[in-house]
Parts: sequence; C-alpha cells; structure tokens
Amino acid sequence: MTLREEQTLIARWIRDGSRVLDLGCGDGALLAHLWASRGVTGYGIEIDNENIVRCLETGVNVIQSDLDRGLSDFDDDSFDYVVMTQTLQAMRYPHLVLREMLRVGREAIVTFPNFGHWRCRAQVLAGRMPVTRHLPSTWYDTPNIHMCTLRDFEDLCAAEGFEILEREALNTAHQSTPAMRLLPNLLAEVALYRFRRR
Amino acid sequence: MTNGFPLDSVGLVVPQRMAFEQTLTLASGAMLPHYELVFETYGELNAARDNAVLICHALSGDHHAAGYHTAGEQRPGWWDNLIGPGRPLDTRRFFVVCPNNLGGCAGSTGPLSLDPATGQPYGPDFPIVTVGDWVQTQARLADRLGIERWAAVMGGSLGGMQALQWTVDFPDRVRHALIIAAAPSLTTQNIAFNEVARHAIRSDPDFHGGRYYEQGVVPATGLRLARMLGHITYLSDDVLMARFGRELRDGKLNFGFGVEFEIESYLRHQGESFVKRFDANTYLLMTKSLDYFDPAAHAPEHSLSKALHATNAEFLVISFSSDWRFSPARSREIVRALLDADRDVSYVEIESEQGHDSFLLDVPLYHRVLRTYFDKIAGSGASA
Repeated sequence: MTLREEQTLIARWIRDGSRVLDLGCGDGALLAHLWASRGVTGYGIEIDNENIVRCLETGVNVIQSDLDRGLSDFDDDSFDYVVMTQTLQAMRYPHLVLREMLRVGREAIVTFPNFGHWRCRAQVLAGRMPVTRHLPSTWYDTPNIHMCTLRDFEDLCAAEGFEILEREALNTAHQSTPAMRLLPNLLAEVALYRFRRR
Repeated sequence: MTNGFPLDSVGLVVPQRMAFEQTLTLASGAMLPHYELVFETYGELNAARDNAVLICHALSGDHHAAGYHTAGEQRPGWWDNLIGPGRPLDTRRFFVVCPNNLGGCAGSTGPLSLDPATGQPYGPDFPIVTVGDWVQTQARLADRLGIERWAAVMGGSLGGMQALQWTVDFPDRVRHALIIAAAPSLTTQNIAFNEVARHAIRSDPDFHGGRYYEQGVVPATGLRLARMLGHITYLSDDVLMARFGRELRDGKLNFGFGVEFEIESYLRHQGESFVKRFDANTYLLMTKSLDYFDPAAHAPEHSLSKALHATNAEFLVISFSSDWRFSPARSREIVRALLDADRDVSYVEIESEQGHDSFLLDVPLYHRVLRTYFDKIAGSGASA
C-alpha cells in the first residue's frame, strides 16, 4: 500500500510510538505505514463499507462511524494526534469537528484544498464555481460544502484559540516552492496544518 | 455435490461427547462433580495447534453449527452458511469447535440429565449457570482437545457474550474475539421480555414446578408463548411488515380467534416446532444466564473498560442496523469500553432489515467482513 505524498508529509510530523486517531482513514494506508515503520498505535474512523473492508484486510483498527456525529466514543486527551485529511471541507460543522479533534487529541493535523488558489479565484472571477484537479465536483454534487482558504482557516484557529505549530503549502505536484512560501494563499493547492490548543 | 451435499459444505458430521470428572464449582456456589459436553468439530487441528476457532451458541442454539447429521437431514447446522471449505470461516484452514452449553437440552449435561444424587432427571434442580460458567467448561474442553490458545472465539447474541467473557477470564487463550449482535449486559427491557417468557412457561399447568418429565407432559403452551414472544423481538417491525404484512389466510376476516393473519400462522408454527426440539427448563436457565451477564461485575467501579483492560485479544465487534433487541448502541458500548482500555478493536455496523436474526443470515457485506477478517487471522499465525 503506497502513501499519498500528503500522507508522507503528515507521517514526518508524527513522533515515533505515539497514539493516533485518523478521521476518515480511507483504506488505512497512513495508519498501516505509521504502525509498521514508526511503532504508532491507534484507530481509524471510516464510514464507507469498501474502505472498512480494506482496513480489515490491512489489519488496521477501524471503527465504522459518522464523523458528523462527533467523537463521543473517545475520552479527552486520549490521543497524541488526531489526523483528518481532505475531509474538513465536507463536514457539516467544521469548527465543531476541529474542537472535537483537540478535545480527544493533544495535537491535530488537517489537510484541505485551498479555495484561495489562483485557479479557483480566476474561475470565480469568470463567474463560475471552480472545478479543479483538487475540487473535481460540480457545485450541485460536490461533497465539499465548506470550502476555505488558508487565511480563513488561520482566522478560525485564532478565533478558536488554536496555536498553529506547522504549516505546509503544496502545489499539485505536492511540492513546496519558494514562491509558494511567499504567497501560499494564492499558490497552494493543498494546505497542511498541525495545531493545538493554546 | 459430494454424497449429495454442496461442495463447500462440511458434509456429514458426527457429534462427539466428552465426560469431565473434575468437580466444577459454578458462580452460584453449586458444584457439579461430573458433567458431559456434546460438541462438533469441523476441519483439522494443525500441528502447531494454533488454528482452532470456538463457536459459542445463542439462547436456542446447540452444537450442530454446520453440516448434516444424516444424508436426508432437511436443514444443515444453524451457522452452516458461514462454516465450510471455501466459506468465510474456511474449514480447510481452521479447526472449528462448537459445544452444546452446560444446561442445554441437545446432549450436554442439563435439566434432562439424571441427577446422580436421586437417579431422577435434574429438572428444576439443575443449578443456574452463568456465561462465566460456560467459559470455564469450554476452557476445560479446550484443554482436553490440546488447544492452548484459540485463534478466535466467536458468537452472536448470547454467543457473543461468551466470546467477550472469554477475553476477560482467559486473556492469554484468545487471539481474536468476534462479538456479533451482542451487548455488554441486558437492558431492563431485555430482562422484562425474558421474565414474560419465563412466566409463560412457569404458569403453564403442565409445568409442575419443573418436574414435568415425571408426569409425562411438557409445558408446551408456555414454551410456545415464550418462543412466539422471543421471535417477535428477534425480527424488525419492517421485516415482519414486508414478509407478512396484513395478509389474511382466507382472504377475508372470519370474525373469530382462529388463525387469520399470516403472521399469526407463522408465529404458531415457530412456537410449535420449537416445543418439539427444546426443553422448557433449559429455556429458563438460558434466559437467566442472559439476565445475569455482566462482565464488568467484578471490575473497579463496575467499569467495563477496566474489566477489559487486562484482555489481550484483538476484537471485531459487529452490529446490525435493524436489531432492536441488541441494538448497535449496545455494541458501541463494548467498542467504547475497548477504546478506553486501549485494546485493538474494529467495529462494523451492517445495514440489514432482518433485525437481531441477521447474525444468522448471509448478509453479503457481513459475510465479506467475516471472510476478510478470518483471512487476516489465517495469514497472521494460524497455518493450515
């Protein structure tokens, strides 16, 4: 099972031997990788039947659950990291999900597509909802109901009292160039954040 | 087909019997100096003795989980759709053991057996047995079969409760526990249903305080009622509606109390066939065992997660969306306790309209999940 570039970057942020909760864990590749190479333990949460079966094949602990129902099965501070990749924008109440992540975890890691990327902006300026490689759905059938930009996300973190520990801004090739570091909100297609309660 | 049986069936099976002469002290304090268990096995125990799977049966189940007793047997064992060469629990790789529980009426020592003290059937004097008592007897059976550690212990409903109890009582003897359509304890409503069932049996004039064998009768009316009530709770409202609706047997109302609606006919049939195969005293015992089940009873603060802290198994918990007798919320209580206790656990909630009985059916996703899980077990230690 191969990791997506984004997951490779996340794996670098996670300490050996820590305890991780992966929200929307898909086929369990990240957890399987972290367990095999870094001695990380934890659980994945997934709603999709096919993904559940693939997690069982891999041997990843997976709990079938709807993230919009919250994380009430988990106690406060029971994980070192709570990870959510490319799912925040599909949540009904993203700010509540982030709060829940930092209730059960000491640190949170999220990734999301940047709505502030110049391609999105150009399409909105042209009078259309954006359809890009990272946002392939049309407005009427998209699961992505709460899009945000890097700046929006950072504003929310400030309002919620979250301290941002690390940020990566990536283009489609999942590279971080000097220009992107200068103008991340314009040039990043995907954003990665690691943050905690202040 | 081989000998008329499907190729992926275990085919003809012969029940085995084992006698235990070492005194068994039950949770109640009662002692059984001697007892016998009847059981079936499918597949072969491998040289490493690490491919054994224990199947625990539910309230009205027995040791006949798979295959056929005779070439002409109408229906195979109760979990036959799961167990066989090429089936999700593949008997080419696993050695499957299914005993009839102590107190049962299918051959193991129970109310129908003779009490050595009196030479008469135990009847109502057979001691009440708990899930923990069953686990003790199953552990002794494992000892005798040369099984130090089960690759998996598995059961649905009351069987799932036994699997859970195993992980608490013998943490090092269970590698995987599959707990299906179960609960960490009964709800008040569950106990209430059981009490109605018991009351139906005990108030039958033919019950004779449980000594009906000597009178040459059985409390058929009471047992039939108990089963009819149970059956309603095992199915969902939706499935009853879909299967029977308000269909009338004669196509019209008869303005009487005979069988009119199809559901009435179905329930009477279920009750009738149950009376032919099941013993009322055993039914009373089994429902008590359900009521008493509480693996957290001896844990600090009565906490299930503390009770599960010392377990070493990997858990797979499965529930069914339409099961209202042991609802998904109850399975999630088990999952939550396991998460609190930092145990390895996966949880799947299967969409099914069939209610509690779903665990006996070959719901496609359910069987795929089990197949995948057993494949993983086979790949990680148990070698055929």
